Parts: sequence; structure tokens; C-alpha cells
Amino acid sequence: MIQIRPRENKSNLLSAVTPVIAVILTMFFGGILFSFLGKNPFEAIKLIFWDPLMSETFADYARPQILVKAAPLILIALGLAVGFRANIWNIGAEGQFIMGALFSGAIGLAFYPSEHWFIFPLMITGGIIGGVLWAIIPGILKSRFNTNEILVSLMLVYIAEQALASASIGLLRNPEGSGFPGSRNLNQYPSASNPEIISGSGIHWGVVFAFLAVWFFHYLLKNHKFGFHIRLFGDAPRAAQFAGLKTEYIVLLCFSISGALAGVAGMFELTGPAGAITIDFNVGYGFTAIIVAFLGRLNPIGILLAGLLMALTYVGGEISQFMLGIPAAAIQVFQGMLLFFLLSIDVIVKYQISFSKTKAISNKS
Amino acid sequence: MKYIKYVGIILSLTLGLINIGYAADLKVGFIYVNPVGENTGWDYQHDLGRKAVETAYGDKVETSYVEAVPEGADAERVMTQMALSGHDMIFATSFGFMDPVMNVAAKFPNVKFEHATGYKRSDNVATYSARFYEGRSVIGHIAGRMTKTDTIGYIASYPIPEVIRGINAAYLAAKAVNPNIKFKIVWVFTWFDPAKEADAASTLIDQGADMIMQHTDSTAAMTKAEERGVYAFGQASDMGKFGPNAQLTSIIDDWAPYYVDRVGKALNGTWKSDDTWDGLAPGMAALSDFSSKIPSDIRKEAQDLHDAIASGAIHSFTGPINKQDGSPWLSSGETADDGTLLGMNFYVEGIEGNIPQ
Amino acid sequence: MDFSSIDPTIIVYNLMIAATPILYAALGELVTEKSGVLNLGVEGMMIIGAICGFSVSVETNSVYIGFMAAAVGGALLSILFAVMTQYFLANQVASGLALTLFGLGLAALLGHSYTGQVPPQISKLDIPILTNIPVLGKMLFAHDFFVYLSLILVFVVWYFLSRTRLGLIVKAVGENHESAHAIGYNVTRIRFFCILFGGALAGLGGGYLSLVRVPQWTEGMTAGAGWIALAIVVFSIWRPWRLILGAYIFGGITILQLNLQAIGVNVDVALLSMTPYAVTIVVLILMSLNLSKKSLGAPGSLGKSFIKVV
Repeated sequence: MIQIRPRENKSNLLSAVTPVIAVILTMFFGGILFSFLGKNPFEAIKLIFWDPLMSETFADYARPQILVKAAPLILIALGLAVGFRANIWNIGAEGQFIMGALFSGAIGLAFYPSEHWFIFPLMITGGIIGGVLWAIIPGILKSRFNTNEILVSLMLVYIAEQALASASIGLLRNPEGSGFPGSRNLNQYPSASNPEIISGSGIHWGVVFAFLAVWFFHYLLKNHKFGFHIRLFGDAPRAAQFAGLKTEYIVLLCFSISGALAGVAGMFELTGPAGAITIDFNVGYGFTAIIVAFLGRLNPIGILLAGLLMALTYVGGEISQFMLGIPAAAIQVFQGMLLFFLLSIDVIVKYQISFSKTKAISNKS
Repeated sequence: MKYIKYVGIILSLTLGLINIGYAADLKVGFIYVNPVGENTGWDYQHDLGRKAVETAYGDKVETSYVEAVPEGADAERVMTQMALSGHDMIFATSFGFMDPVMNVAAKFPNVKFEHATGYKRSDNVATYSARFYEGRSVIGHIAGRMTKTDTIGYIASYPIPEVIRGINAAYLAAKAVNPNIKFKIVWVFTWFDPAKEADAASTLIDQGADMIMQHTDSTAAMTKAEERGVYAFGQASDMGKFGPNAQLTSIIDDWAPYYVDRVGKALNGTWKSDDTWDGLAPGMAALSDFSSKIPSDIRKEAQDLHDAIASGAIHSFTGPINKQDGSPWLSSGETADDGTLLGMNFYVEGIEGNIPQ
Repeated sequence: MDFSSIDPTIIVYNLMIAATPILYAALGELVTEKSGVLNLGVEGMMIIGAICGFSVSVETNSVYIGFMAAAVGGALLSILFAVMTQYFLANQVASGLALTLFGLGLAALLGHSYTGQVPPQISKLDIPILTNIPVLGKMLFAHDFFVYLSLILVFVVWYFLSRTRLGLIVKAVGENHESAHAIGYNVTRIRFFCILFGGALAGLGGGYLSLVRVPQWTEGMTAGAGWIALAIVVFSIWRPWRLILGAYIFGGITILQLNLQAIGVNVDVALLSMTPYAVTIVVLILMSLNLSKKSLGAPGSLGKSFIKVV
């Protein structure tokens, strides 16, 4: 029978190889899916994985676009991972993303049309505050009343979505927009816009921020004692308490960090790629980031790579749609498959699997 | 096993590097905000237009499309990639694509853009939309004449000018033939949510409506009307299949003639940026066949009204009309100007209830 | 504002129909969570149920066979989740989200040729005497079979969890899987079957959506119903009977605001739509405040992976 035991020493080689195996498995089964749909599987896989990176036609544009698409995923996932390591489950990043965008959007639009240098930094602050405020609700409830934070943060996502719709139609609606829902386009308001830094690439401050954040969290979690505290809290909460760590403090801190990052990601998305507050502003980054966090094994460098991989499938998926006529739903299935394989294959990394002939001793005698 | 995969990958790489020349003279791309669907809906109708282009021009034109494109950054990227891959013309079929269209158009001045329902143009960006409200006048007339309960239910999506225009046009036409008419309007705040639309239809029917009009995208309301034995009017496509007894007629978005025309102009070099707002006359807004359930005299009236609007003899908004608050809007014989129509944010007098803010 | 045109009988009637899909899905998820597993993939399972139910009933021209197919479809999809979380020990939250993504895409692909088809009709039951009771008759006793089935299943689940030995074992596994394992219960197998049950019921809920409530198939038609079902499970404090209350409140809010709009009341749609979720949060807080009654809380092992250490 199969016995599973947690590994004591995580093998770094396995950690690095298993994602590759998962990707190859996905390519294989995805290829089968595409041929069922009557499309050339090799062509499809190539369009999804290879073309955005290497094709003459697309790569120059697509490569930086992958960074742009990955940036919010990475930012949010970094914050979430800190909490997840400490067994603190913030599932409401999507809502915090929205709130960050709403707060910063409101600030920017309040100043319109005057131009000042401080508007943009003020909006960044607004994004952080919005995200933190929204995340601190489940945080306080958990630390004070031990309320299940998964469900509270999830409920708050729905509430935030309603608030977004309401703001798009009412409070923040563009008075010069022919009555259509949606705010003024902040890209056209220089003080508030988040324009591309390298011309033609679309790379904006959010991308820079994301890279800085990866480096920052890598250092924080590896070398700084905060990282140790988080890991301790996650692995052995009682020991942590004995060591003097206050539960309340850690919980609030983790929620604040993830809320802040989600909120600021929302702000950069709003002022950069998205441009305006609209009813459909949120496209699920908050949830995808949860998956990215896990794929990256809650590790900043891993998150960076996982975010880039997810972004690649989005960008490549779009190309395969108009080049090969692959339906959007097939790309969704493909991404789901990728996640399944990546999540499942992790068992090899985390646990030791052995086969033995002996039966487990039954306690039921 | 792994070797086969390697060979496959190398093969496809080689194939990819070979530049296959396009036989077509023109590559036309379409982006849709939702999945296209099989029989009905806003995006389905646009896709019909695309297919018409293929039929009309055969080998000279190659079309492609991307569906379920979120408005915003993703739209910009998709259009950019289309432009990079050699597309000469791109149809962006939703209002929310407006800014992305302008951005991409600026970067690719040789690519022609057609943006549906937008208002921003440039040298290589044209806009187009249909005067659906003209169709609403006709269905309003039919509803006003045929209702037994004097109550008409209206399922509205978002409080934007286009939707409000439709409500007003239908109401005015219905009121003109039936002074006792009452409109019950429900805002569902979605373009597409079959369950919600079904609920809205049920609610309206429960409240006495025996005519259902919708400005949403699914066939749920029509199905509900069929189930409950009331009449309804389809939207965007002919929904007769879902309401063989219920559907009296449907407003059809017929983009095909416009698309074929514009692609033709692009092919022969006469394409120019323009703003097109066509209605019943050129058939951009059309009505499906009138159901046999409509009595022949009413059918004739409706057809006459249709023809009158199409010929320009009658305008859907002809005064005297006051706004809902009683203030005068159009004096006797005066017709509404396009500007007011485009920004319409008020109900006309007689409609009860408020437009959500 | 003509309040007289709101007929409470009809509102309750419509409310029950609106609530049934989420009641099914929530009931299934309740059992899953009672065994300690948090399956966030309800949306994916529901929509797979919707397309399976729809396509099979169109092919066989029978609504009942369609419903069975819906349950099977939902259960099959949940097997993926069960294998990932129980055997590959993947994180439940991430796996559930992946399941939703996968399920939505797969349903769209499967359903491509079924958009726009008309399914066979289901008839309302005409219960001999009860349907003719003046007010209550129309309101409660004129529904189709599956509305009643959902209520019957609530009873069955309640009975199972509180009165049968197996039900107690399920709860024990959910409360503390280490202890349950020590006593000798096969935690993995119990959870596996609870997940499948959750999948089957979510599938039924989706089937109801596509076969009765709307009824038709369209891509993405669940429109978040699965997430609402998750909320209702919490709202119900993991007690089967309260699920009915929760489902009817959530379902009722939509019906109510539509009716209020139709008679001309100025409702703030956004605000009204927020209330069920806000109320759920309040319920969660109240639950956690009640520390003495431990049985009011979430299952102790909810969300945690069980690793059999031999």
C-alpha cells in the first residue's frame, strides 16, 4: 500500500523540476483537447507558449505585455503569501483590489482637472488605505472574535463588487461620458495617469513596483526576523505565543500587508492598463493571485515565476484565439488543467511516497 | 514518449518560422466583449455580419475574431496583436472598447478601426451605431394596440441613453394608440443574466403585464413569456424559436450590410472615417417577420409605421412632448435632434418611476 | 406606487423557485464542509450540472433523466477535486478555485452546440387536496417535483447528520480528523464521498437552473450562484434547516427588489444587493461571539489537509 509522509528535507531539485513536468503534462493533455476541437495541437501549444516569447510577429510586443499582465498577479500574490504562510487565509483580495482602485480613483477624480505633482503619490496612498481598510475587517474579526476569515473576506468581495457598480453608475461616473457608466479615463489626466515608462511596451510603474516588491519580500522573509516570525506562527502557533508573539498583531499585520498590496495593485491597474472605473473593472486578479501564490509555493521568487507563467497563458491564449480560432472557453479549460497538474504534482515535493507491503496496524481491535 | 514531444515541438517551431503568405487582400479582425453564442444576442449578430463579409468577398478577405475580450487593457492588447499580425481592419463591437481603440489606432495609422456605439473618432477610426429606437416605436405601437391589460413590462439593463431612448420611443408609440397604457420598468443592471432576466419577466407578468419588452441579451424573458402565455418582443436577434407563440416580432441588429459596405470600401481604397447612425431605412435596425398572432389590421398599421419612419415621413420623437417632470421638450411638430437623443437621460411625461442614479 | 399589485402568494412562489438551485448546491456543500473539506469549486460543479442536465434531457426528451445526468456530471467533476485534495494533498482553497475555472470552461465547450435549444418541459405537480387551499395552495403546493425534492433532501441530510451513526462519524471527521483517524475511521474515504455528494447536489442545483428556472442553456449562466451557495452555508451555521431560510432570503431579495421596482418604488439596487452578504458577515460574528456553544462554530478541521501519518 501507498504510504505518504511529510518530507523532512525538501528537495530543491524536485521543487524546480516538478513545475516543468506539470507544464509538459498540460501541453500534452491540452493538445488532446485542442485536437478534439479540430485544431492542430502543436500549432495551438506553440501559439500559447512559444509565440508570445519568440515569434517575430508578436514577441516584441507580447513579452512586455506578459510583464504588464503578471504585475498585479505578482503584487497581490506576494501579500497573500505572507498571510498564507502564517495560516491566515485572505480570500478577499479581489475586494481589496477593487477598494484600492475606488479610493485612489476617487482621490484622483476629486482633484481633476488641476495638475499637481503630489496627486499620483496621494493616489498610491489612497490605494493602500482602501485595500488595508477592506482587509482589516476580516483581520479584526479574526483576531478579536476568531471569526472565520475565509468567509468574511469572501463576502466582502461581493459587497465591493456592488460598490464598484454603484460608483460606476453614480458617484464616480464621468459627467462628460454621454450617460454611460464608467468614470473619466485617468490615462488622459496626466497627474493621475500611470503611463508606460518604456515607450511602446506598456510597462508602467506597477510593473516596477512588482519587481521591487519581489526583491523586498524575498529579503524580508529570508533574512529578516519578521520572516521567521511568520513561519513560526504558521507552523507552531503555540510556540510562537510562548516566544512572545502576539497573535492579534500578526493577524492584523498580515491582513494589512495583503490588503495594502492588493489595493495598490488595484490603483496601478486603474491608472495604467484599465484607465477608468467601470462596472467590470475587476477581472479576477484577486482570485488568480491566490492560485499564483500557491503555484509559487508561497515564495517570492516562485511567485514571480508563477505569475509570469499565468500571464503567458493569458497572452498566448488570446493570440491562439484569433490565429487559430480556438474558443475562449478552451483556454480556460487549459488554464484549469495547468493548475490541476501543478497543484497535484506538488505532492511529490512536499511528501515522501513509499510503497510497502506491510499493512497499517488497525486500531479497531 | 518524451522524444515524440520534442520532435513535435521542433516541427511546429520550424513550421512557425516559415512565413506563409496570405492569399487574401484584406485581413479583417473582430473583437467581441462576450462569447458569440449559437443563435442569438448582441455578439452573435455582429458575428453574422462577419460571416456576411466572408460570403461577400470570398478569397479576397480573411476574417478572424476573438471573443470574451474584457474591456480595457486586454482589449488593447488583443487589438495590438491583431494589428501586429497583419490585420488591416478591426471591428470593435462594444462601447467599452472606445479608449483601447483610440490608443491602438494611434499606434497603427494604417489599420482601419470601426467602433460600435462609440463617439470618439480619428482619421482611422470610424464609429457606427443603429437607431434601435425606431424599431422600438413600431413594437410600442403593436404593444399598445394589442395589450388587454394596458400594462407593458420592460426589462432594462443599465440607465444609459440608448436604453432610455428605447423606453421613451416605445412608450410614446404605445401611448399614441392607447392613452391608458402603463409601463412597468425593471432595471436588472446586467446585459446578460438569464436567471435574472427570467425573474424580471416573471415579476412583470405577475404584476399584470401581458406584453414584455427587453433591452437585455438572453432569451430567458422570451422563454418565460412563452411559458406564461403572454406576448413578448425579441431583442437583437429573432427569438421566435424560444417563443413560437409569444414573440410578436423582434428587433434585429443587422450589421451585415454595413460591414460588407465598409469592407468593400477598404478593399477599393475609398474607406474614410465616418459616423454612421442608421435605422430602419438602411435596415441596420430591422424587425423580424410579424407573427401571425398580430391581427391583420394592426399588422398593416405597424408596417405602415415602419415604412413611414424608414422614409423619414415620421420621426420617433415628434412633439409636442414634455419631459417627465412636466417641463416642455419638443413643441408641436418639432423633432428631436441627434445630440439630445445621444445624451438622453430623462423619461418622457407619463412614465412612472425614476431612472436609477 | 401601487402596492396592491404585489401579490404575496406569487412572491413566495417565485422566491421558492429562485432559491431552489442555490438550496441544492448549499446543501451539498454543507455536507462537504461538515466532513472538514472546503470546496470553493461549487460554481464549476453547478454549471457542469447545468450543461449535463440540459444536454441529456434534450437528447432523451426527459427532464428526469436530465436531472440524474446533472447530478452525475457534478459528481464526476468533484472527483477531480477529491483526488487532488485527498490523495495529492493539494491545498483545498487553490484546488477549489482551479475547479471553478476548469468547470466553467469545460461547460462552455460542452455546451457549444446546445445554446439556443429548447428543453422538454417539466410539469407542476398538482397535489390533490393541498393545491386547492386558497392562499397556501398556490404558494406552496403547486411547484414542480424538484422544489419538493430539495426540501426532502434537507430533511434527509438533517436526519443523516444528527441521527445516524455514519452522520456522526462525518461530523467527527470534520471536527478533528486526527482524533477520528485515531479511533479508526477512514478519514480520506469519508471525505471523498462527502465531496462527491456535494458535487452531485451542486449538479442538481445547476440542472434546476437550466431545466426549470430559466430554462435554457447559455455559457456562464450560473452567474455567481455557486458563490452565493457558499455564503448560504455559512449563513446557516452549518445547520440544514437554516439553509432553507438562507436560500429563501438570498433568492427573495432579488425577487423583492424586482417587484418593488416594477411598482415604482425607488430602490437602491446596489445597496439591496449587498444586504445578504452583509447579513452573513454579521451572522459569522455573532457565531464567533457565542463561545460557550461550541457546536455553533464551523467544523474544526475545515480546510485542513489530512495526512495519514503511519
